[in-house]
Amino acid sequence: MAPVISVSGLSKTYASGFTSLNNINLAIERGEIFALLGPNGAGKTTLISIICGIVNASAGKVAVGGHDINAAYRAARSLIGLVPQELHTDSFESVWATVSFSRGLFGKPKNPALIEKVLKDLSLWDKKDAKIITLSGGMKRRVMIAKALSHEPQVLFLDEPTAGVDVELRKGMWDVVRELKAAGVTIILTTHYIEEAEEMADRVGVINKGEIVLVEDKAKLMQKLGRKRLSLQLQHRIDAIPEALTPYHLTLSGDGWRLAYDYDTKGERTGITSLLGDLRAAGIRFVDLETKQSSLEDIFVSLVSQ
Amino acid sequence: MNLRAVGAIYKFEMARTWRTILQSIVSPVVSTSLYFVVFGAAIGSRISEVQGVSYGTFIVPGLVMLSVLTQSIANASFGIYFPKFIGTIYEILSAPISHVEIVLGYVGAAATKSIVLGLIILATAGLFVPLHIQHPVWMLSFLVLTAVTFSLFGFIIGIWADGFEKLQMIPMLVVTPLTFLGGSFYSVNMLPPTWHSIALLNPVVYLISGFRWSFYEIADVRVEISVAMTLAFLAICMTAIWWIFKTGYRLKR
Repeated sequence: MAPVISVSGLSKTYASGFTSLNNINLAIERGEIFALLGPNGAGKTTLISIICGIVNASAGKVAVGGHDINAAYRAARSLIGLVPQELHTDSFESVWATVSFSRGLFGKPKNPALIEKVLKDLSLWDKKDAKIITLSGGMKRRVMIAKALSHEPQVLFLDEPTAGVDVELRKGMWDVVRELKAAGVTIILTTHYIEEAEEMADRVGVINKGEIVLVEDKAKLMQKLGRKRLSLQLQHRIDAIPEALTPYHLTLSGDGWRLAYDYDTKGERTGITSLLGDLRAAGIRFVDLETKQSSLEDIFVSLVSQ
Repeated sequence: MNLRAVGAIYKFEMARTWRTILQSIVSPVVSTSLYFVVFGAAIGSRISEVQGVSYGTFIVPGLVMLSVLTQSIANASFGIYFPKFIGTIYEILSAPISHVEIVLGYVGAAATKSIVLGLIILATAGLFVPLHIQHPVWMLSFLVLTAVTFSLFGFIIGIWADGFEKLQMIPMLVVTPLTFLGGSFYSVNMLPPTWHSIALLNPVVYLISGFRWSFYEIADVRVEISVAMTLAFLAICMTAIWWIFKTGYRLKR
């Protein structure tokens, strides 16, 4: 199936000379949740802004649903909903009016039932007549999402959607995102909360200094790049790691009660069996052990620090 | 054409007018009424007729034009500048709407407000001075043409401005002086020859002259020239807006 978003050779250099994007190639599959990760200034928002028509590209091509974003901008943009990073709202408008305005802007006929459903799904129904200026930050964020959903997009960009939102509300938003995915909406998510990407995404893209560092299926990525750590709680405290165990590059905790061993999950041999044998030979006994998979955050940090 | 989008922008802008009716409608009507009280009823009665009409009646077209010009610019410039200022312009730029549709929405609303205001001021003037309109169709045509042209001009200012000071600069320092010196309160034919020649460089002279002609059939310049000059300014504004959207000037980075 053709990708719903196709980006090829996309570059952006601002008038100041700063290159924000450098030869980006990316394909977003229909119906997936794609998490775009990257440190501040990596180019995430610029990439989204170009796809949505807010920023002009310096070079390259972008197609949404097979429609070029310049030559067939109407067809391309009508598929897209955008929730920007900043809380840009008309303070003196009511929630209902601003959400209805967004639907009209996208050329859709009035549909009060749909607007009602969107507001109810986002727990905004009881605030429908409230002026936006009176809402909390979290509510304003949900209004932004409601505006983007009001015109029934097939592709939804969520640029830091849960920034400044409390944990309960964040989980509520995740539920909404899952429902959208179930309804066939493609979701592109940028976030600083790695656990959000870990929880939600089907695929992960990492962008750094204007270049795509990798695009990978989340599960495969964690399997491929993830490392595991075996931690051993010792029966007796030790002062130093015996020389016989040097090849394992063990780490001894400061209090001398815990040993840690890092190993590669993709390797055929993890070295655990021989380590346990050598520990026994060295007279080191343990009372407990645990293993821990490295998180997406660990992987992300290791990628962008390269 | 995405008429629903045009309608959404238009209604949004008009709703802002009703929310701020004191500032949008009442304030300019009161200000202009004061001109009629001072120059029409108080001082006007001591001034001799100008080109065959009483002074109070003579200044009506100029005062209507003064309000229409300034309000068209103010409405349209604020209408597009405010979304830029608060950031909601993202929604306009990312919507499936053409540049023409964006302009139709914003300029259409700004011009509508100015035309309504102009008509209210005209009705108010009728309370202070005797009023007659020789060519009502031409009067309405000049009113609409001027409102649209200067709303386009205001739209350009709103895009150009990157601060509230700049937003006020052109209307305060350029448009208002040109309007006052453009024959709102006098006929430029009353000026000495040198100043008369200089006055003819002021585009507002042609707008007021043509508008006044539609009322009393008296004009400082031929009405065809007034129409031609207004259309020329309209064409210049449309060209500038076409360039703005083509290049993304001050809209897209």
